[in-house]
Amino acid sequence: MKSVLPILTVVAAIMAIWYAGAFAMNAKWARDQAERAGAELTLPELFAQTMNQDRAILPAPHQVVAELWDSTVNKRVTSKRSLVFHGWITLHSTLWGFALGAVVGMSLAIAIVYFRVMDMSVMPWAIISQTIPIVAIAPMIIVVMSLIGVEERLVPKAIISAYLCYFPILVGMVKGLRSPDSAQLDLMKTYSASGFQSFWKLRLPSSMPYLFTSMKIGIAAALVGTIVGELPTGALRGLGARILVGDQFGPPIRIWSALIAASILAGALVAIVGLIQRITLKRMGMAQ
Amino acid sequence: MHSTVIKAKNLSLTFQTNDGPVHALKDVSLDIGAGEFVSFIGPSGCGKTTFLRVIAALEEPTSGTICVNGMTPDEARRARAYGYVFQAAGLYPWRTIGGNVKLPLEIMGFSKAEQEERVRKVLELVDLAGFEKKYPWQLSGGMQQRASIARALAFDADILLMDEPFGALDEIVRDHLNEQLLHLWAETEKTIAFVTHSIPEAVYLSTKIVVMSPRPGRIADVIDSPLPRERPLDIRDTPEFLEVAHRVREGLRAGHSYD
Repeated sequence: MKSVLPILTVVAAIMAIWYAGAFAMNAKWARDQAERAGAELTLPELFAQTMNQDRAILPAPHQVVAELWDSTVNKRVTSKRSLVFHGWITLHSTLWGFALGAVVGMSLAIAIVYFRVMDMSVMPWAIISQTIPIVAIAPMIIVVMSLIGVEERLVPKAIISAYLCYFPILVGMVKGLRSPDSAQLDLMKTYSASGFQSFWKLRLPSSMPYLFTSMKIGIAAALVGTIVGELPTGALRGLGARILVGDQFGPPIRIWSALIAASILAGALVAIVGLIQRITLKRMGMAQ
Repeated sequence: MHSTVIKAKNLSLTFQTNDGPVHALKDVSLDIGAGEFVSFIGPSGCGKTTFLRVIAALEEPTSGTICVNGMTPDEARRARAYGYVFQAAGLYPWRTIGGNVKLPLEIMGFSKAEQEERVRKVLELVDLAGFEKKYPWQLSGGMQQRASIARALAFDADILLMDEPFGALDEIVRDHLNEQLLHLWAETEKTIAFVTHSIPEAVYLSTKIVVMSPRPGRIADVIDSPLPRERPLDIRDTPEFLEVAHRVREGLRAGHSYD
């Protein structure tokens, strides 16, 4: 695999920067401790003491890995200390949010391409919807949901997630549905094809590569949406809650492990969509 | 002799643009008989493609009348009077060659068995038998254009409208396809209207050459070719051929004021 080497190079570079950063940021505390004890630290001693602090400003990578291992493999998946448990909660509402966002995004895209009125009226609002900070909207959605009697935590989280992920899917799908050139549309006209036929046989298949690309962005956005939905609202479960709790009460290393867990999850989701893309386009004959 | 298939009378078409009206066609009158091979030649902006699009009901004339098979272009289209070949082959990348040829048949609602049968027949006609299961990207440009001709022939329309179908191909491939097209024409006895930029191509293929000139788009000359229907490639070196080519060039020069 030729692609492994560049990836490993980048990982190595990130690790090096991370370790250097951990050393620089945690050194002050180590020096203060030494000063209070009246001891003098040599450089190797100082380095060693920056790498394993319990409340490090920036935990070193191996500490985060150890915490990740501890909170996934060493905990029962039903335990509230298990990242698998929290990850599953987050994944669950991410998938619902993504499904909802995809349906909304695709339907709006079809309406926008086929009805000029929709193009003029909906598109500007879709853009404006993305300029409003999601952290401002998220609590409102949660409050409104509980006011109208929706007890299930999943629903407002999925809505926030959908709010964030419908937009890239909408934009990609509009672009895809408009990708056939005028000659291809004229060709359909010469067959006296109906609107539905030219949608089903021309526009929809043409849009597939665009749709998948935007779904990859969309599913990552859906995960972010769910986490944001868990953050400001006193949720007790989910990666977002875990990040918030770690932020305010727990050791910083917990935020880091939750953060890394979230990015692994995002990476896996994007990879899965990418795989479906590869398989679908291959079966359609569009991948060479 | 021939019955008239396409009959245009005083046809005009004006596009309204931001820079004022553009007279794409002005007072064009032309009859095309059944089984003829008519080429339209002229510089860009002379309305040759527009005329083809009017026949196909892709453009609406501003004034004048046009009949295709005795009907309006719109009715003719619904009666599947013509197949249209564009400059770009425009095959769907997600369909095989067979699937692409099948496209109009699916839309027009032919039965499955008849679709298969017709695809096999027209692919044989354009010398692409055996390529049914290949995807467009696996074929050369010339083969792709042949597949697009097969697609236009699949539903067996009497008229074939071709808009610079070989314009993007190199000369060697083009010669070959021109020869094949003549065979195809002889075999199927279709009426062909063919837009081109190339004088040799127009003269080699046509029974009738329509020379057009721009601003406003109009017919400068109509030449009935004295060449026989049977045309080997080396007919292009005969005095008769050169004479027709010369007349086409004269017509182009007369209609084209180099302002």
